[in-house]
Parts: sequence; structure tokens; C-alpha cells
Amino acid sequence: MLGIYRHGTSLLHSARPGVKLAGLALMAIALFMPASPAGIVAVSLGAAFTTVAGYGIARIPARLAIAQIRPTLWILGMILIFHVIMGDALIGALIVARFILLIALAALVTLTTRVSDMIATIEAGLKPLRRFVDPGRIAMCIVLTIRFVPVLANEAHALQEAQAARGGKRAGPGAFIRLAVPLILRGLRLSETVAEAIHARGFGRNGSHRDRDQT
Amino acid sequence: MIEIEAIRHRVEAITILHELSLTLCEGRIGIIGANGSGKSTFARLLNGLILPSAGRVRVHGQDTRAAGDSVRALVGFVFQNPDHQIVYPIVEEDVGFGLRNAGLRGDALSCAVTDALERFGLTEKRNQPAHLLSGGEKQLLALAGILALDPRVVVLDEPTALLDLRNRRKISRILTDLPQQVVLVTHDLDMLDGFDRVLVFDSGRIVADDTPSRAIAHYISLMEA
Repeated sequence: MLGIYRHGTSLLHSARPGVKLAGLALMAIALFMPASPAGIVAVSLGAAFTTVAGYGIARIPARLAIAQIRPTLWILGMILIFHVIMGDALIGALIVARFILLIALAALVTLTTRVSDMIATIEAGLKPLRRFVDPGRIAMCIVLTIRFVPVLANEAHALQEAQAARGGKRAGPGAFIRLAVPLILRGLRLSETVAEAIHARGFGRNGSHRDRDQT
Repeated sequence: MIEIEAIRHRVEAITILHELSLTLCEGRIGIIGANGSGKSTFARLLNGLILPSAGRVRVHGQDTRAAGDSVRALVGFVFQNPDHQIVYPIVEEDVGFGLRNAGLRGDALSCAVTDALERFGLTEKRNQPAHLLSGGEKQLLALAGILALDPRVVVLDEPTALLDLRNRRKISRILTDLPQQVVLVTHDLDMLDGFDRVLVFDSGRIVADDTPSRAIAHYISLMEA
């Protein structure tokens, strides 16, 4: 799965999640703050150096680093094409470059941080807002989103295979709809079972959520 | 000990379980029956995942309706598909999920996770993504996550349905050695060897409540009828 924690003992692995998240936020602000092309290029070069150095320090192989960006390339490509059509090829290229750097940096944070540590940090950060939101519930939403991406990907793959085995096409808008509808239904059924499972494993026992039906 | 007093369960207009009362106090209890006979619903009633439409279930004196959280601390539940039960993406984090919910933190949490991983032979996998484990390893992880909490009763809903023969035998051996009371819903009749009592469900009723050999004979005659 993309961006999932990769065990290691590097400086980045042992750094506090809060520090890494704060660093990521600062990099995002720095990347999108400059207005002039020269400023953008300068900041992007700095961010590129930080990214390469970060992956090097964390000893994460280049193929894994590239794999973090690959799924977003189609949407970044669309952004670039849009700008080229509008006659702003340079601006488009700079926007895409900054997005690539930001995604790579965000992936570096998730690759070097355990989800449980990340969640603990987010929960602690949300504590002042406890009156308005339930930090435990928000943390659980994040955990489940990360955990069930590969499960749903497997479900999609199994559905594609089942449809292909019965003569269905794997590409085209018809294939997309044929895949999307059963996948959504399976996802809804899965969510019921998972809600039961986390309830059975004691989620909310210490009052982090109120009842299962809201999970 | 689990006391089931005059329970019935309906979902909308459909009766899933007709009235039944019984006490489960044996160490190893099997539940068998056709698909849709009410086995899984019955199992879910035992730790309060489902509350009965009528009647009550008490586990070691705790009512599932009045003290659901306490009952779930007493009764661990293992689902058929471990993928639905594994919550965290990394093996050791998932084992720690239930323990954190039980209030463990710091060294106590770390020691309990390490013990559970060792017990189920998952120490080498502790830092691996859970979705990359084999089916058998995933079910072991699901079991480790439940048994790390040291529940007094373990309810398992067809835990070997997705496993190969080797992993079925592995899970069977683990269940045999457990000190806890075990309630096992299964279609794998071999797993009931050495069990104390087997209940046969049919259309929401217990139609046999006997030793494994007699109950299995009854179940087979039902299936062949």
C-alpha cells in the first residue's frame, strides 16, 4: 500500500510525529507562498533538496519514493494540460512540480511514522476541540481509511476478475460502472462488519465514542 | 458461564432465533447448522454485538444489555474474515488496538503486544503491513489481538472458513490449548474433536444439544434429509 509505514531506525523514524507534521505544514506554506516564478523555483529547489535528503536519511528506496507519486500523475497531468491549453505552460509546470514535492514529503512522513503514533498526535492536537469533535472518533476514521484502502483494492481486483471471467470488459465507462456499483455495495457491507469488529475489540470502552451505531 | 434466558431475536418481520434458554458452562462448546440457521446471530448475542429482541444473556453474571462494555471485556469475538477484524495497518499496532482500548499504555502495552506476538509466532512480522500477511497469518493476528486481552470466553464465528488445511489445524491446536471457555461456530466438523458439547441449529432453533459425535450425527441426518 502506498505511504504505509516502513520500519526503520533512522533519525526521521525516531523524530516525534508532531515535529514531522509541523515541518510538513511549514513546507506546504513555503511552497505555495511565493508569487513570482523566480521565488517559486528557488523554494522548489530547496524543497527538492529536502525531499531527496529526507528519503536518503530514512533509507527509503527510490522506487518506493516514485511509487508514492505515480497514482497522482494522471490528475497532475490534467492540471498541466489545462494550463498548456490556457497558454500558461510555465505556471502549470511550477504548480505540478510543487504538488509532486508536497506529495513526496507527505509520503515521507507517513512512511516514517507509525499510524498509532500519528493518531496519538492528532488526538492530542484535537483535545482542545473536544467540546465540538470527538478526537477518538476522528482518529479511528483516519486509521480505518488507511487500513481499508488495500482491502477495497483487493475487492475491486476480485470483482474485475469475476467480471472478466464472465466475458466483461476491463476498460471503458461501462466497465467502470459495472465495477463501481458492486464495489460500493461491498464497501457498505464491509463497513457494517468492521463497525462490529471494532466494537467487539473494545473501541469506546473508555468513552472515546458514544455508541456503535454512530461508528 | 453464559446464561441465556428465554431469548428471541427478530429482524423486522423475520424471526432469526425462536425462544431458547440454556446455560453454557462447559470449556469447549461447538455450534453447527446450515447456512442461515441462526448460528452467527446466536454467537453475536454472547458478547452483546447484537441484543436479543426479548430475553437476556448474562456472561459471568453481567447482562449484555445493561453492561455491554463489561461483557465485551469478558468475551473476545473472532470473525470469519480476519481482514474485517484487523484495524491497524501494521501487525504490532493492530495487536495493541484492543489493549489500548482497555487502557494499557507505555511499557505495559509494549510488553503485552510482544507477548501476544511471540505466543502466535508473529514476532518476525511485527513491523510488516497486515495486508501483506497470508490468510493464516491474518487469522493468527486476529486471534492474537483478541487473546492479548485475556478474555474469559472466546467466541469464534467460522474462523477457519477461509483457511487451508495446515492453517485450520494450526488454529485448531491453538483453540485446544486455550485456558478460556471457547464457543466455536463452524462448518469444519473435525474441529469439534474433544469438545464437551455441541449445539445443532436449524431454522432458528436448537434441534440437538449433545456430545460431538451424537450432535454431528444429528446434523448430518438433517443435511441429508
